[in-house]
Amino acid sequence: MSAEHDAPLLRLEGVTKRFGATLALGGVDFDLRAGEVHALLGENGAGKSTLMKVLAGNEQRDAGRILLDGEEIEIRSPAEARQHGIAIIHQELNTVATMTVAENLALGQEPRSRYGALDRRGMVRSAQQKLARIGAGIDPRRRLGALSVGMQQMVEIARAVSERARILVLDEPTAALSRAEAGQLYRLVDEMREDGVGLVYISHRMEEVWQLADRVTVFRDGARIGTRDKDDVRPPDVVRMMVGRPVEDLYQHDRRRPGGVLLDVEGLTGSGVGPASFQVRAGEVVCLAGLIGSGRTEIARLVFGADKPSAGTVRVAGRAVNPTSPRDGIRAGLAMVPESRKDQALFLPHSVESNIDISSLGQHTTVGVLHRRRIREAVSTQMEGLRLRRNALRLPVKSLSGGNQQKAALARWLMRESEVLILDEPTRGVDIGAKSEIYELINQLTERGKAVLVVSSDLPEAIGISDRILVMRAGHIVHELDSHAATEEDVMFHATGAVGGDQGETDE
Amino acid sequence: MSDRTLETTEHTATQPESETKGSFDFAYWWDRVGILLVLIALVILMAAMAPNFASVDNLLNIARSIAINAILAAGLTFVILTAGIDLSVGSTLAVAGVVSVLTAVAGMPTPVAVLLGILAGAAAGLVNGLLTAYLSLAAFIVTLGSMTYLRGLAYTMTDGQPVVDNMLSFRDIGNGYFAGIPAPVVIMVIVYAVAWFVLERTRYGRHVYAVGGNAEAARLAGINVKRVITSVYVIGGACAGLAGVIFAARVVSAQPTAGTSYELDAIAAVVLGGTSLMGGRGRIAGTLIGSIILGVLSTGLILMNVPFFTQLLIKGAVIIFAVAVDSLKQGPLRLHRRAATPAPRG
Repeated sequence: MSAEHDAPLLRLEGVTKRFGATLALGGVDFDLRAGEVHALLGENGAGKSTLMKVLAGNEQRDAGRILLDGEEIEIRSPAEARQHGIAIIHQELNTVATMTVAENLALGQEPRSRYGALDRRGMVRSAQQKLARIGAGIDPRRRLGALSVGMQQMVEIARAVSERARILVLDEPTAALSRAEAGQLYRLVDEMREDGVGLVYISHRMEEVWQLADRVTVFRDGARIGTRDKDDVRPPDVVRMMVGRPVEDLYQHDRRRPGGVLLDVEGLTGSGVGPASFQVRAGEVVCLAGLIGSGRTEIARLVFGADKPSAGTVRVAGRAVNPTSPRDGIRAGLAMVPESRKDQALFLPHSVESNIDISSLGQHTTVGVLHRRRIREAVSTQMEGLRLRRNALRLPVKSLSGGNQQKAALARWLMRESEVLILDEPTRGVDIGAKSEIYELINQLTERGKAVLVVSSDLPEAIGISDRILVMRAGHIVHELDSHAATEEDVMFHATGAVGGDQGETDE
Repeated sequence: MSDRTLETTEHTATQPESETKGSFDFAYWWDRVGILLVLIALVILMAAMAPNFASVDNLLNIARSIAINAILAAGLTFVILTAGIDLSVGSTLAVAGVVSVLTAVAGMPTPVAVLLGILAGAAAGLVNGLLTAYLSLAAFIVTLGSMTYLRGLAYTMTDGQPVVDNMLSFRDIGNGYFAGIPAPVVIMVIVYAVAWFVLERTRYGRHVYAVGGNAEAARLAGINVKRVITSVYVIGGACAGLAGVIFAARVVSAQPTAGTSYELDAIAAVVLGGTSLMGGRGRIAGTLIGSIILGVLSTGLILMNVPFFTQLLIKGAVIIFAVAVDSLKQGPLRLHRRAATPAPRG
């Protein structure tokens, strides 16, 4: 399938990887040319991440060959991968948040002064050079943890570039980036392509794949389904290759006549956000949209009581809620699936069952003693409704895929029959199949008269699944749009404060 | 939704599961029965090597000597499950013993003296818990401090001298028998039965695991995290109080030096039993087995006339071994990977 006249920089042949009885990769071929961006697409669990782990030296293949410049190589450890010029920018960043940018960039090769002590000034200077090479205006003396995720990613890329990586793998690099940051990343990707670096680009976002990629490879169930030149295919074809079926309409949303006000927020103010006032009615989906850092998550958390507001009231079905306690909100019928399911929602080593039932135990106890069978039945019912396998019940939740983890986080509140659901980035890092199921679920919830407040960075999603969009900018709700008539441009126009898109943003 | 989606979803859910099914999952089985196997092996070894080890008298003796540490460890299991630690249980034990003996000597009825001892322990735990939960102080530092002040309190109350009363009213708690079984052992069994029930069968128990597993997620799930944290220290303190009463009864006196460095054995028992110091993972039954292993080891080594210094070497090695196994358990994947590394070279 690969072009003979263009000798590949990297070539994988028949790479196979098993985990126990599961075949994660079944004899996969893949090639990467110098100076191309090769997009890798597939649902979670399709095998892309495993393939990249093999390439990064984090996993050892069971069979197959890896050829670099036509010569067979071994990659037994991340260090060896780096020696071969292979660099990977993971979804989870590989940096030390408590150290400065300069220290991170020098990690493992700290410059020494004449007397063997650490040469701090030299370190900062070389960090400045590395950052300048990729055009990132970041002060190397800042603590890495204080930077935005986008900037942290820039630091990682600067490190890869400084190590003269010939192969750069970017694993969902824009998942947590603002539009301006993403734009900066795209420019960087283009420059590296010009320089002859081979880039593997893993993403769930079709638009950016189409903007960046030269070729597209689709994985499904541990096999390569096909590789195409981007110009030869259209996005729907690729989606069909990914899921193995046509996807006519990803977003599902039936508009209904909204009922009474279930969530009434008035003058809610927190550090840097608000005052915000809005309402969500029964049967309605309202979306908080805006750029990263515009205060969407902060507002969602204030409503739920996760953070302390300085002013304002929250009423759930007419009842005033104590704004400093999630417990009180939950009792009144509030629920929140937070932004980071791993850090804020799930008990990773605990079973799926105990992750789902934890907020409903009170409904299934007598003087504090659990009715275990009743709980198990209730959990099973929820799992069936979400197409989670029943025998996943006792598995640790961390062993599930991202999509199924998200469903477990949702199931917790479904089991409790919460009236108002706040969903912060409900489909982040979730494969397309689970995505459409989550949309379907939101649709069912509103049908049952629940109110849903969604925070989303994915504009097509925000428009596609909601009734109304509240656009936020700099901590304030600046505009309200009817989703039915709104376009992505409308939302961006208000989110950026208009005047020429994302111009003013890039310098920060 | 078409059938295809269903398949895809199920497929993703299957993956990790087959991992446990396909190859022998060391971590999984070690988690269930590993520590019990260690205990059985140890008992067989001791029975073969130490004279008189397997006699009923000796086994009952071992059980009685284990009881105090096991009760401390039971309470500590709650604390460690929330990712906390309590270094003050040894000193709490001393204070509780002193309180109970002094009140008994002063002529208070036996139940009152015993109850006051336990309450003194619970009160010490309450202070630890409030400071840890509501002022967000590090439990290690808080309980390091209370370990010292409580020891000081025990000395102060007794003027630094043991208070001996050979006719101590509750002496049977330490020396009596119940249906032929030493009273401390009976109490220990009751404590473990209650602790097991609370942790495995009540909402509160699930909250303890949740807080230790992920405190922020627990808060956002509607759990009163601060109250749970405070309560586990109260439980830890009450158990230490009970252990103190048993100790005082056993030696028919108030000893201000009682329980010195007992916290270390108790922590060792909890960790040996498979409870993670990171919180959220562990079982109360494991703690009991961990206590028994430590007890059997000490008694057996004494019976075998192993010199005291060597005993320390062996006990230390056993504890480190247990922690090493625990850390392997945390990363079953890492284990897989190591096993897989040499394979593709062929």
